[in-house]
Amino acid sequence: MNSTLLVNILRFILLLAVQVIVFNNMNFLGYISPFPYILFIILYPVNGNKTGLLLSSFLLGLIMDLFSNSGGVHATACLSLAYLRPYIFKFSFGLSYEYQTVKLNDVVTPERFSFILVAVLLHHLILFILEAFQFSIILDVLLRTLLSTVFTIILCVTIIYLIKPNKR
Amino acid sequence: MQQIFHFIFKNSNRLLFLLLLGISLALTIQSHSFHRSRVISSANFLSGGVYEKINNINEYLNLKTENDALALENATLKSLLFNKKDTASVAKLDSLKGVKPQDIIVSKVIHNSYSVPENYLTLNSGANQGVKPDMGVVNSLGIVGIIDNTSANYSTVISILNKKSQINAKIKKSNHFGSLIWNGKNTGFVQLIDVPRLAAIRKGDTIVTGGQSVIFPENINIGTISKIEKDNQTHFYTITVKLFNDMTNLGHVYIIKSKDKEEVTNLEKLEKDE
Repeated sequence: MNSTLLVNILRFILLLAVQVIVFNNMNFLGYISPFPYILFIILYPVNGNKTGLLLSSFLLGLIMDLFSNSGGVHATACLSLAYLRPYIFKFSFGLSYEYQTVKLNDVVTPERFSFILVAVLLHHLILFILEAFQFSIILDVLLRTLLSTVFTIILCVTIIYLIKPNKR
Repeated sequence: MQQIFHFIFKNSNRLLFLLLLGISLALTIQSHSFHRSRVISSANFLSGGVYEKINNINEYLNLKTENDALALENATLKSLLFNKKDTASVAKLDSLKGVKPQDIIVSKVIHNSYSVPENYLTLNSGANQGVKPDMGVVNSLGIVGIIDNTSANYSTVISILNKKSQINAKIKKSNHFGSLIWNGKNTGFVQLIDVPRLAAIRKGDTIVTGGQSVIFPENINIGTISKIEKDNQTHFYTITVKLFNDMTNLGHVYIIKSKDKEEVTNLEKLEKDE
């Protein structure tokens, strides 16, 4: 249990650092930017402490806001994702979620991929809608969400494969 | 009473979520609705310090271009100096008692943002260096933005690529005023609105800062006209301005400290109160 906590704290700091130093400076075509730091929320243990997840996601978003001068946009998106996570689990894994056999940090199967897809899409939609904060550019926002989601998912899957624990 | 406690324990996560959601939404709305005083800004020791460290490394990669830009600026200033009638005499200051009306603080952009509708820059000088909110920020090519928040050693700037920014600007040759805004689309272009139809303008004309604002001195370069549109309802021009500055690549900047600003602001406030 203690090592899980340690791994999560390490993941929190590392993902945040990589996001701020590397991924925040990536702007393809001027407006497509990836946010793989939400991998922390996605990879948080399924049967882990819910209160801990809510608090740490809020903190994660708040620190991102601090670095990108965006008010509370990231905090809102991360918090919503953390709160809705169990429902997304139920949506993509069905019953097996109840038995807590879900392990995300492994080979990407269709269920796992659908979970990541829904989670990233939800986070980005909230993020970009709040960032634009006006309805007249909603099409622009949707396009941005779609492109950034694709980008983030590619990075997320790559990172999952990179840090996958070796089973030999 | 017991039931209330039971309810709170049972729904503790939901209540925590609602509480945190309230806080974060309040922060979001606050950052969108007010001009300044955002609670969360990158002008603090944590993010400022991190950005300064990153910038220290990045600086080496841009040394050559930065040097070229500074040499070019020096050459321009030298040519101004050499082409004066009497090169030996120092220019007389336009002031009383030796107080310069404009003072300059040199600073460096340590974090640049240009991909979202509301962009902010972070500079590595703050209140300790004399930077205060609402000072203008320029570089050798043109205007960059206006100081937003300051901490002891860092400050944030509302970039001209920010939907909230609105700067008084004019057409250099005809002195017609307008407001400079950004539509959030292209980082190389900004829009000049509310220019009267009377103005005789052509593609390629230069746009400079106007004299109505106390933030920027008059006649600082902004850009050239690249497209002119007529608004049939309001009888004003909407002009697309191509910036002289490449806002995606900023190094050293100058913060303009106007001595008259306080006096003018106080005077205008007095006028409003009456």
